[in-house]
Amino acid sequence: MYNKILLAVDGSDHSVRAAKEAVKVAEANREAQITIVYVADHANAKNDVLHSGSSAELDLQRRKKVQPVEEAIANANIKYRVEILHGTPGPAIVEYANEEHFDILVIGSRGLNSLQEMVLGSVSHKVVKRANCPVLIVK
Amino acid sequence: MLVKLKKEWFFNIKGDALAGLVVALALIPEAIAFSIIAGVDPMVGLYASFLIAVIIAFVGGRPGMISGATGAMALLMVPLVQDHGVEYLLAATILTGVIQVLFGVFKVAKVMKFIPRAVMIGFVNALAILIFMAQVPHFLGINNITYIFVAITLIIVYLVPRFFKSIPAPLIALVFLTGAAIFGGFELRTVGDLGTITQSLPSFLIPNVPFTIETFMIVLPFSLALAIVGLLESLLTANIVDDMTGTGSDKNKESRGQGIANFVTGFFGGMAGCAMIGQAIINVKSGGRGRLSSLLAGVYLMFLIIVLGEWVVQIPMPVLVGIMIMVAIGTFDWSSFNYLKKAPLSDSVVMVAVVAIVVYTHDLSQGVIAGVVLSAIFFVAKISKIKVEKKLLESTQYLVQGQLFFASVDDFLDKFDFEVEDKDIVIDFTDAHIWDDSGVGAVDRVVLKFRENRNKVEVVGLDTGSEKLVNQLAIFNSDNAKLPTH
Repeated sequence: MYNKILLAVDGSDHSVRAAKEAVKVAEANREAQITIVYVADHANAKNDVLHSGSSAELDLQRRKKVQPVEEAIANANIKYRVEILHGTPGPAIVEYANEEHFDILVIGSRGLNSLQEMVLGSVSHKVVKRANCPVLIVK
Repeated sequence: MLVKLKKEWFFNIKGDALAGLVVALALIPEAIAFSIIAGVDPMVGLYASFLIAVIIAFVGGRPGMISGATGAMALLMVPLVQDHGVEYLLAATILTGVIQVLFGVFKVAKVMKFIPRAVMIGFVNALAILIFMAQVPHFLGINNITYIFVAITLIIVYLVPRFFKSIPAPLIALVFLTGAAIFGGFELRTVGDLGTITQSLPSFLIPNVPFTIETFMIVLPFSLALAIVGLLESLLTANIVDDMTGTGSDKNKESRGQGIANFVTGFFGGMAGCAMIGQAIINVKSGGRGRLSSLLAGVYLMFLIIVLGEWVVQIPMPVLVGIMIMVAIGTFDWSSFNYLKKAPLSDSVVMVAVVAIVVYTHDLSQGVIAGVVLSAIFFVAKISKIKVEKKLLESTQYLVQGQLFFASVDDFLDKFDFEVEDKDIVIDFTDAHIWDDSGVGAVDRVVLKFRENRNKVEVVGLDTGSEKLVNQLAIFNSDNAKLPTH
């Protein structure tokens, strides 16, 4: 059984799709708890701080991004919590997943073509390569 | 004590040691380029970056942040160096330190929250534009090989990091192109043409200026501007590091620390500096978290200069120009264009005004001060809009909505129709707040003016704060009150 489920989200539509799959994984099991993790990207830190009045406001903006995902899980009556990490998305997710010993990691894929992948880098690829637990990539 | 030492210094030795090295390598070209902007010898900026990075490691309030010679500070110094020379700059640096320590002691960091984000966005954009403009004379119309070197530098700094991240790309450009310039024998201006590199540690000296009131008055306006801009950029950087690491920091201690660092640096031949946004981000991204990374960045920097000094003078100017163009592009807030579309008009006006004033005056502090004043005026104008709705029931009801204070008093008085006699009048303040003496005075005037024509007036719905103020200051409640004559 998958008890500790890690759901990595970025606030996009792909995240909501991934959330729905995470719900399916959790539904079968009463013990299951989903941890929603969102990474505040270091690359955007300057921009984020410059365009927000305070750290509290910034926190709220990030929580808002996670909200559609939270709703999807709350509607299914599954236990969950939200964790906001700071770092570069791929490595930060991997480090957290490995440290906290999750049973499974669910992540959405942006579906980039090979050029975009070269420029932007695929977060889900990095996670698959380096996470110690099974990874479910949601297209 | 030992626990604290471990918590702030030695909890992340490997990460800090590596990040410190990356930062030191990135610091070298910047410290030299900012010295050239200020119009002083490269050593003045290199000593500053070394000393400030090392001192801030001990006295700063934000572990993981990197400070040194910066573009914002260098740009402020230009007229002082031009008119009076480097000795006055050192004196100004010492005074800047004293002012910043006072800022810290009097907790001026708190005032930061009164600086609107439109001003901060304008600040970084203006800084980026000025850094770029300062490069123009170093590449425009010199020769074709200069253009080619600038272009190759830009290609390297933007393309290489896509494939290879362990060595900072600017350093790769620097080493590769300096080699190419030496072996190719191209006709390029070098750092050596603009100054000398001394391969020794900085030593204590008292700035060679006359200790008179006149000197003080020459230096003071520069020191004030440096202190304000330095604090502003340092606190912005501290906020960014706070966010990146998900931890808090002591802003007043940071202000004091910046002051101590500048004060000492001035006595050792370095120019005033502050926290560096770009370097701090590089440091945290490279794994730097503790005080150790800043200390090591400074030490590595000095070591590299002492060992490699004779190579540093051979660095072609166009390579530095290319790196500075990258710094300018990285400093500019590119989401500003989006911001201009979305933000309220008044915020957009403030942002553009800050940029325009700075580009015109070449003085970041003037832009910031003007931006803050302009924002305050806009704010007062916005909040001073007061609505008074008149309703004719069995009595005449006036419903007041908004903030009643010195700026809204005139509007408020205009909303009443005093040409009535023998009526029952109710003024309802449920949706309003009275802020000051002028506001209470306005209520007095209205009530007493109505009473002159034998109207019965009742004031209702005051909230607690307003009522307290009215009880203290108003005269309409006393029986023999007369309309004030003013």
